[in-house]
Amino acid sequence: ILFIFEQYFCHIVLSPLIPEMATQEVQLNETLAHLKSESESLKSKLEEERAKLHDVELHQVAEKVEGLGQFVMKTRRTLKGHGNKVLCMDWCKDKRRIVSSSQDGKVIVWDAFTTNKEHAVTMPCTWVMACAYAPSGCAVACGGLDNKCSVYPLSLDKNENLAAKKKSVAMHTNYLSACSFTNSDMQILTSSGDGTCALWDVESGQLLQSFHGHAADVLCLDLAPSETGNTFVSGGCDKKANVWDMRSGQCIQSFETHESDINSVRYYPSGDAFASGSDDATCRLYDLRADREVAIYSKESIIFGVSSVDFSLSGRLLFGGYNDYTINVWDVLKGTRVSILFGHENRVSTLRVSPDGTAFSTGSWDHTLRIWA
Amino acid sequence: MKQRAEGKYERYVNEALEPSRVVRQENEPCRFINRKKNSHIFVLLQSSPIAPLTLSPRYLFVPFQMEEVIARMQEEKNGIPIRTVKSFLTKIPSVFSGSDIVQWMTKNLDIEDPVEALHLGTLMAAHGYFFPISDHVLTLKDDGTFYRFQTPYFWPSNCWEPENTDYAVYLCKRTMQNKARLELADYEAESLARLQRAFARKWEFIFMQAEAQAKVDKKRDKIERKILDSQERAFWDVHRPVPGCVNTTEVDIKKSSRMKDPHKTRKVRLMSRLMAKTSREKGKSLTNNALFSPESSLIGYTEQYLEYDPCLTPPDPSNPWISDDTTLWELEASKEPGQQRVKRWAFGIDEVLKDPVGREQFLKFLESEFSSENLRFWLAVQEVKKRPIREVPTRVQEIWQEFLAPGAPSAINVDSKSYDKTTQNVKDPGRYAFEDAQEHIYKLMKSDSYSRFIRSSAYQELLQAKKKVNASPFSKLLLYSKFVFLFQIKIKGLVLTASLCILCFTEK
Repeated sequence: ILFIFEQYFCHIVLSPLIPEMATQEVQLNETLAHLKSESESLKSKLEEERAKLHDVELHQVAEKVEGLGQFVMKTRRTLKGHGNKVLCMDWCKDKRRIVSSSQDGKVIVWDAFTTNKEHAVTMPCTWVMACAYAPSGCAVACGGLDNKCSVYPLSLDKNENLAAKKKSVAMHTNYLSACSFTNSDMQILTSSGDGTCALWDVESGQLLQSFHGHAADVLCLDLAPSETGNTFVSGGCDKKANVWDMRSGQCIQSFETHESDINSVRYYPSGDAFASGSDDATCRLYDLRADREVAIYSKESIIFGVSSVDFSLSGRLLFGGYNDYTINVWDVLKGTRVSILFGHENRVSTLRVSPDGTAFSTGSWDHTLRIWA
Repeated sequence: MKQRAEGKYERYVNEALEPSRVVRQENEPCRFINRKKNSHIFVLLQSSPIAPLTLSPRYLFVPFQMEEVIARMQEEKNGIPIRTVKSFLTKIPSVFSGSDIVQWMTKNLDIEDPVEALHLGTLMAAHGYFFPISDHVLTLKDDGTFYRFQTPYFWPSNCWEPENTDYAVYLCKRTMQNKARLELADYEAESLARLQRAFARKWEFIFMQAEAQAKVDKKRDKIERKILDSQERAFWDVHRPVPGCVNTTEVDIKKSSRMKDPHKTRKVRLMSRLMAKTSREKGKSLTNNALFSPESSLIGYTEQYLEYDPCLTPPDPSNPWISDDTTLWELEASKEPGQQRVKRWAFGIDEVLKDPVGREQFLKFLESEFSSENLRFWLAVQEVKKRPIREVPTRVQEIWQEFLAPGAPSAINVDSKSYDKTTQNVKDPGRYAFEDAQEHIYKLMKSDSYSRFIRSSAYQELLQAKKKVNASPFSKLLLYSKFVFLFQIKIKGLVLTASLCILCFTEK
């Protein structure tokens, strides 16, 4: 048994308590071993082919591009009010409202410009890991350890109990890691710890399409920014970033160059590329048309994982929120770090740029959210 | 039982004193005993050229790179110089100063800014890899404060999850040691009182264990005891931090829940890997890699949008978040599009379709040409995809009747293949019933209607229109008089002034 294990990747075996199970285990291991070797050879063949075709890295081509000048960004607003770690946040299309969720089960809607809280909902579960604002601004979706995604319509009447109007939309078999409305209030795309993503009809709660292909928990997703696009990208604990066709449910492209869990994926504004942030302390840029990784953003002094990434409006800057309490700003084209921003007193768990690019917001385990501009 | 407690503690002490102990061993079975479930799980680790140890539960709590850095710091040749300092009548063994650490990091880790070095060092201390010998609060200071390395036995990667009973034993033992420097801090005394109340019934057992440990400690060499005591204290500073300090042992639940049940992912992983690979092979053959230059398209995009990026080009009039002035948003919300915004519509058809004002203008232009059915069809299909699934069948029928059915009022021209497919789809209507037709119409609009729109006088006018900023009547007068001068309109002076005045008043 030791011999077989020596050949291949991480493998987990329950110690055989029953002798019959032992022989079955051996047979199963042999088939698995064979499949594993086949997949490894396919993989190396693929890498060979890819290597033949690419010659230059992005930063080499971008040598003639003008460098960025002095870069100054500061905290302009601090939103205090959560009683525990802030886990997720999303902007409203009106460029100033934000919804955020935290470990204490609270989901709060803020007017970030005035720092006033406008709505607050208490979820029945703790660890609300995902939240999203509807495009119309009239509803929010959230979920987490309850394995569900629920939609709450926001009413103008402050006294109304939002929890009463809650609508359960998505049902997964493990925690909900991310959710996002598609171009309308009527559909939600979710990703879950059960390894799948799914598209749901909000009104009926019906499953419209499910997406299978990740081998482990799916941690993040992002919809393509195109008006005609029907694709989205997801990243998971299997170190893979998959691009999916929403209509057919097929995985149309897959990228596996990260060395650890992919915590966040975000499309480049043109929709031709996407960036990913991972526990291996790097961010990477993948080009969809070239079907490969074109840039790595890393530094020897950065050893903590990236929890979330987002692009500035032109795509020139990549903001990364890290588990070492900082935000690193990268020059996407040149591959260098432009700036490091301090301020949070615990991990940065979520980062999103506002819809018009005037600011970006970060949420942290130190219970606060900050707006930077 | 007392003897067993002693023996266990003695073994720990011996292990802890081994400075050369290697923590991360490859190809070695690592055995975890889950006390609660009483099951034994063997985890075998193998590193590969592409992916080093990642699924190891060790690195749930702290990145593996950190231990590599610590190992480098402890190297004899290039590491941090560790020394014994003589102070008054005693010796302080095995220490180095805060500034030593900062210097080493600046030199060896490619850090230019000392602030960054301090920040990273503080994190390492907060995770418990080295600690200040006379402070419970684990931070790094760039001065002569003394620090000591933590023994690998206590490193976070060993997945310590010490229980409150262990903490109680430790605090109890501390009270038995008659040394001023080992006196309990306020928060520790409070914790001890709290634990005494919680474990009132088994306090005798806890006390016994504390006694046994204290006895073993007394046998130790004085210098070794100093080191061990400080290391044990630092361990508890990480797992029971000073109130107000960050608890670095907190874990993201998404990662920890996965580690507790890694077994379930095994089968799925293998099959889906193969599936993904075959789909990737197929997908790859479709991309035209040899002729493409993906990098240049990314560069082109960023250059084109540089002036629109508020992070790089300060917006006009100001960034609301910086100036607290919401004029920028008010301007964008108004029906009158600014010049910069109109310019953007020329970048591509998607820009026009994305911007509601752009769509409106495009539609207006097409209506003036009596060719708006394409755009209206495209917009209607987009709308259908946004509706709840319940409404889809009726909407599909409506669109079919309006745009595609024989004798439709706003008939559009699609190629026969798409038309046939659509006819079929409409019989069993889904959200994607018009997908092929929509794609065809989109291409048509892009090559035909859109380019005409950009060249049209209506668009050019919007582009040339002066920005609608609050201008005083006088400056407006100046503007118009300039206009008149440039085009050299030969009108009698009186009529000119009269018309100017009329225009000004209507403008107001």
